[in-house]
Amino acid sequence: MRAHLFLTCPVLLFLGCSYLLPFLGIMQLSFTDPDPGLAQYSHVLSDPLTQGVIWRTLRICTIVTVVSVAAAYVITLLWVRGRPMVRSITELCIMIPFWISVLSRAFGWLSMLSNRGLLNTWLKDMGLIETSLQMTRNEFAVIVGMSHYLIPFAVFPLATAMRNVDERVLIAADGMGASRLRIFWQAFLPMTASGIIGATLLVFVFSIGFFVTPALLGGGQSVLIAELIYLWIFQIPQWGMAAAMSVILMIAVGGILVLLMRRYGEMAK
Amino acid sequence: MSSNPQIEARKVGKKYGKFNALRDVSLGIGEGEFLSLLGPSGSGKTTFLTLIGGYDAPSAGQLLLDGQDMTNWPAKQRGFGMVFQGYALFPHLTVAENIAFPLKVQKRSEAQIADRVAQMVEMVGLSGHEAKKPVALSGGQQQRVALARALAYEPKVLLLDEPFSALDKNLRGQMQEELRRLHRELGTTFVFVTHDQEEALALSSRIAIFNHGELQQLGTPEEVYERPANRFTAEFLGDINILTLESGGIAGTPIQLSGNAAGLGHLAVRPEHMRLAVAGDANALPVRLRDRVYLGAKSRLLLETQAGEELMLYLDNGPGIADPHPGAELCVAWDARHGFVV
Repeated sequence: MRAHLFLTCPVLLFLGCSYLLPFLGIMQLSFTDPDPGLAQYSHVLSDPLTQGVIWRTLRICTIVTVVSVAAAYVITLLWVRGRPMVRSITELCIMIPFWISVLSRAFGWLSMLSNRGLLNTWLKDMGLIETSLQMTRNEFAVIVGMSHYLIPFAVFPLATAMRNVDERVLIAADGMGASRLRIFWQAFLPMTASGIIGATLLVFVFSIGFFVTPALLGGGQSVLIAELIYLWIFQIPQWGMAAAMSVILMIAVGGILVLLMRRYGEMAK
Repeated sequence: MSSNPQIEARKVGKKYGKFNALRDVSLGIGEGEFLSLLGPSGSGKTTFLTLIGGYDAPSAGQLLLDGQDMTNWPAKQRGFGMVFQGYALFPHLTVAENIAFPLKVQKRSEAQIADRVAQMVEMVGLSGHEAKKPVALSGGQQQRVALARALAYEPKVLLLDEPFSALDKNLRGQMQEELRRLHRELGTTFVFVTHDQEEALALSSRIAIFNHGELQQLGTPEEVYERPANRFTAEFLGDINILTLESGGIAGTPIQLSGNAAGLGHLAVRPEHMRLAVAGDANALPVRLRDRVYLGAKSRLLLETQAGEELMLYLDNGPGIADPHPGAELCVAWDARHGFVV
């Protein structure tokens, strides 16, 4: 027992130095900069502009989570249960974007969606539209870019859940005369619920702290929490506000995690 | 078996790639019968059950249901009940919901479903467990749910794939009793796959014995046990002594045989049909006692013929019973009708 404690010391030391100390610094900053007290928190929570950012973040992250998990479910279904050819192709489509940096992917979507981008050009060439559609520097672009980035993260918990489904249960349902639709809705989907919850959790928590994609594809028109914190640190230095916002973000993510885990625990019973 | 079987297999075969899982199986299953498919693992018994159920299609031959060709019908069209190995219960549904599932598929009314579920829960002795999920149940209870679910929609035929293989010995005995009772009460045709010969003997009205994808013998438990068709069946079911035959005798001692056994190589006699005898008795074979294993009510004697072949028999323990010691020279005898040539 003593030896175990001794051996874990380096890890504890590392975590303490790299996470706990900076976090305590941030905590301290949030209560002291510029003046001691709760002014930073009350400002963050009452300022209409900041409130707007918080609501937008929650809204976009919810949409992104629903879109990513739904898309990932279909993709995972093809990957786990498709024919061998479909499986290989799907696997490539999951893995290749996964290995490409978040920055390249954001620029990729820019060149795809911008006013003179590929999509607008095609639509014009086909005579479907007269003037370019505004598809960047707005929430649409942010949602597309973030969902695309997060889909692979949703795929893995879903794949685990789908691989754990007992094939015989589905065969039994079929033998009892259930239609394919009924087998999916009443057997397969509920049997993969743990994967859906895991994927939702992972994607939502990831999306809340997203910075690069919303900053590039939102073009300053659709600022999310992480970008606001960046602004308060580097553009209009208000470190106390940035610290307070960070603490709120952390508590929010922690709270959501606890809530979902509890729900998950009930589902598993 | 009635003259018109409910289910009939005609020269049914199944190949997986080049592997012959099943070859040329022809048999009829009568209505209300309890047929066991018995054999070692890989013998084709489960493959045959899967084909009857319609969960896979045969590569050759024909399957008939009440005289109609059902070879290419999918499982749902056949409408048989099936208890899968490992039970295949819906893990996210309660006991009552599991049993109700096939009834909902059939779009029965809510009231009808509730009645039927209550009836099934009662029948398999799960009252009070209706709202539990399968994980909260013991293996035996899960087994009952699987039975109730498969019988809920009153199928004409119930197929069971090694339903008791995951249960411990006591529970197995109990579930076997219940299965006999259900069969008696319902009159449904049961087709039951097992590798446990005692289970098959105890439960079945007839037994089909499989080995290497071929049907070895089909008959009542008494028939297959007492008149095995070949050496595999003889050795697979229960204990048996096998002795080499040479020109009408064994190890130089002349032996009476029932029927004509010319040119055949081995004589098989069940240990319970052998008794200790004295030299000069009919069919008496001199043997030497190698070992005696005390089993309480009886002893198992391990014997050796003069040619060095092993055989065994059981001896009741009790007052006034001879108590031979290892090394003793004895004789064993049996009625000619109990010896069969294999």
